[in-house]
Amino acid sequence: SRPTVFIQRDYSSGTICKFQTKFPSELESRLDKQQFEETIQTLNNLYAEAEKLGGKSYLEGCLACLTAYTIFLCMETHYEKVLKKIARYIKDQNEKIYAPRGLLLTDPIERGLRVVEITIFEDRSIGSGR
Amino acid sequence: MITRKVRKWEKLPGKNTFCCDGRVMMARQKGVFYLTLFLIIGTCSLFFAFECPYLAVHLSPAIPVFAVLLFLFVMAMLLRTSFSDPGVLPRALPEEATFIEMEIEAANGNVPAGQRPPPRIRNVQINNQIVKLKYCYTCKIFRPPRASHCSICDNCVDRFDHHCPWVGNCVGKRNYRYFYLFTLSLSLLTIYIFTFDIVHVVMRSVDNGFLNTLKETPGTYPLLFLSDFLEYLSFTVLEVLVCFFTLWSVVGLTGFHTYLISLNQTTNEDIKGSWSGKNRVQNPYSHKNIVKNCCEVLCGPTYPSVLDRRGLMQEDSPVSAASAAPSSSSSNSSSSNPVPQTTKTTAPLIPNEHTPDDAKPSIAASAEKSPSPREEHHPPAPKVPPLASPETDAETSIAKDKTH
Repeated sequence: SRPTVFIQRDYSSGTICKFQTKFPSELESRLDKQQFEETIQTLNNLYAEAEKLGGKSYLEGCLACLTAYTIFLCMETHYEKVLKKIARYIKDQNEKIYAPRGLLLTDPIERGLRVVEITIFEDRSIGSGR
Repeated sequence: MITRKVRKWEKLPGKNTFCCDGRVMMARQKGVFYLTLFLIIGTCSLFFAFECPYLAVHLSPAIPVFAVLLFLFVMAMLLRTSFSDPGVLPRALPEEATFIEMEIEAANGNVPAGQRPPPRIRNVQINNQIVKLKYCYTCKIFRPPRASHCSICDNCVDRFDHHCPWVGNCVGKRNYRYFYLFTLSLSLLTIYIFTFDIVHVVMRSVDNGFLNTLKETPGTYPLLFLSDFLEYLSFTVLEVLVCFFTLWSVVGLTGFHTYLISLNQTTNEDIKGSWSGKNRVQNPYSHKNIVKNCCEVLCGPTYPSVLDRRGLMQEDSPVSAASAAPSSSSSNSSSSNPVPQTTKTTAPLIPNEHTPDDAKPSIAASAEKSPSPREEHHPPAPKVPPLASPETDAETSIAKDKTH
């Protein structure tokens, strides 16, 4: 199978969803450290936005409770909205940065929010005129 | 080879049952859950049928209306707790499992032959406290902090609180607040019915002039009271009994969970004594502020399910194949294991301390099967480190010896 790198969760700030920004050695030949760190940091910021405890999340929680949570049958939760944003970001990153270098980022939601999976392809770029 | 599309829930490992094409997720044993439903719906039906008409006329129609709203809220919370994904962590796919194994091997270095390898523990610093992350042999992952493996459902659950047979599901990160609101609203409903049952009894007694009868014929009073009582109030007695016993347990439980929420602790942590005791770590997740803790647990973000239950996947079923692995969920026995037996990257199922005794012989028999479904076939990996089991692990062996 293709070599894969798994970026693990960073639990130093507690149970919030955050990934380690340590640059894996397997990617050294393919990617800039800067580029990688920026991707992971942006993902971390997006997850932090999803899980933020504040006025808005409390309001959503209380309102939902008053409707016995039936409101979620028709309305999307804040977290779900941010997950869509994350999916778009990952797609965008894959197209612009990772695919040209023969790498593929997998959305962490498909791995139970446990890891960011980066698959390394043999040929240097994916989808380059076959 | 027949390729068909199946929903992912049909191929999920673990011992959950799924309904409504993956929309509903529960534990396997649902008997006690049906009892809970019966008790709540039964008692409330009696209340609405026998007490409410009288109370609506003689006191206020608001009484049954409020009771109906409260009943609906209780049912909504119960069903939400029972039917939702508690926060199950999906098992590691073979590549991830292998990657973790290799990391562990690298960290342990060379273990001399005959010596047990060190326990699989990762230390993490959270809020200036060292928290140990344990490795789950069933799910092949290092459990996130506060996660625990439920042996009844055979899943790792995030922020695992406990497995509740009354709701027929685990209580974890995603459904804890619904569980708490269920116990809270059920306490209120029980107190409400109990109170109005007493009010009903008192009002009936007064209406039927029992007090006057008492003055006039003190001798026959007990008999008269009893016959009238049975005529009007037998159902009330039944309700009062149910409410009385429910009150002690449910109100107590609500109180206990209110205490846990104010400290941002789980039942699992409380039972294990994770944060109590002098030499133990202090709870690193508590905000040290009761209001903030309550807000986080009850009004925090609504976490999405990371188990894509209703997603579609391809299943290649060879025409003549053996039946499915014993520890799979309630999939049809006609659907067979899509993974060929020669693939070396699959991890054989190793019975561990979490395996129920009845599954062990069958697991040993199907040692070649993979524990988790995969969408494509992978060629054999060049080298796979020997997969450890609790028997070869130093810490769990010591723990086992202690229990004997």
